[in-house]
Amino acid sequence: MSILHTVNKSPFQKNDFSSCLSHANAGDAVLLIEDGVYGAVSGTEAAKQISSAEASVYVLGGDLAARGIASDKIADGITVVGYDGFVDLAAEHQAVNSWL
Amino acid sequence: MSEDMEEGGTVKKFMYMNRKAPYGTIYALEALEVVLIGAAFDQDVSLAFIDDGVFQLTKDQNTDDIGIKNFSPAFRALGDYDVTKLYVEKESLAERGLTQDDLMDLVWEDEDDDWAEKPSIIMVSRDEMKKVLGDQDVIMSF
Amino acid sequence: MKFGVVVNEGPYTHQASDSAYNFTKAALAKGHEIVRVFFYHDGVNNGTRLTVPPSDDRNIQENWSALAKEHELDLVLCIAAAQRRGILDENEAKRQGKDADNVAEGFRISGLGQLIEAGIQADRLVTFGD
Repeated sequence: MSILHTVNKSPFQKNDFSSCLSHANAGDAVLLIEDGVYGAVSGTEAAKQISSAEASVYVLGGDLAARGIASDKIADGITVVGYDGFVDLAAEHQAVNSWL
Repeated sequence: MSEDMEEGGTVKKFMYMNRKAPYGTIYALEALEVVLIGAAFDQDVSLAFIDDGVFQLTKDQNTDDIGIKNFSPAFRALGDYDVTKLYVEKESLAERGLTQDDLMDLVWEDEDDDWAEKPSIIMVSRDEMKKVLGDQDVIMSF
Repeated sequence: MKFGVVVNEGPYTHQASDSAYNFTKAALAKGHEIVRVFFYHDGVNNGTRLTVPPSDDRNIQENWSALAKEHELDLVLCIAAAQRRGILDENEAKRQGKDADNVAEGFRISGLGQLIEAGIQADRLVTFGD
């Protein structure tokens, strides 16, 4: 039993990201999409929270590229996936929780 | 998956996530409309009130001056629709300077217990909310 | 696996509809079934055929309509949300005494029960919104 969480807001603007992380169980996955990908950049407060998170964290590559974020800027421990990876993550967990 | 067969259909655990305040945007009202329609489908329904979602349940909402319908009384009807599990996160209340006394008194009548009135609001800690969320089959977000 | 997709925001202002479209295409490419795409809140605005985006931009409504045609997708606009926002099909326009309708090809208007049903029938429900 595990959940895929998605976060689509910048952690610098809204609390969705930190709220999601504090509600994710061990074994859950968190996928950052749309403006949520700004939370994946190394050296940020958000990346620090990710390093101590119980859940595995993923980020959508297309949304990173669109925002000019190079893969070497991504914090350690975050996996970059495409839309096909998004579909796989949704399939692998029993439910998807979108933190809107 | 909690797919017990009941009356020939599948019963899933449906969670309605409420994380937004009422009136500033329509999400809270349109979420409640889904809950009321969804009640007819005999699923195992619960609602979560997290972050600004707790503002939906406060007492004494009065929308006279803003020209938008006050829909908070509709939460009182949920019990009649057999929607009886409203999980409210204690930390979200505390962070906003609220206690349970600031919320509406929501109840449902238990037909298996001589129609005794029982509270619909279930106060849970963030850790307990994590477990509740982790136990769902379908999570509706608005 | 069966997926249900929910779109809670309109086109262009928010990325939600684009993300939902890309997710849906990826799921179909992997051989999954999309039981329904349900448009709620401002998401119903994805279903008007009267949008005219600039020629160098994507046409979100036409993309959905084309995908629906290719894969026989069920694109459903919530009736309550649609009526509030001026999205009407021919029947509803007549019934409400309005002089025009605007629902695009491949979309249909129906009740919120279709959202709950998608949640029951699909193995996974994925929501895109604000």
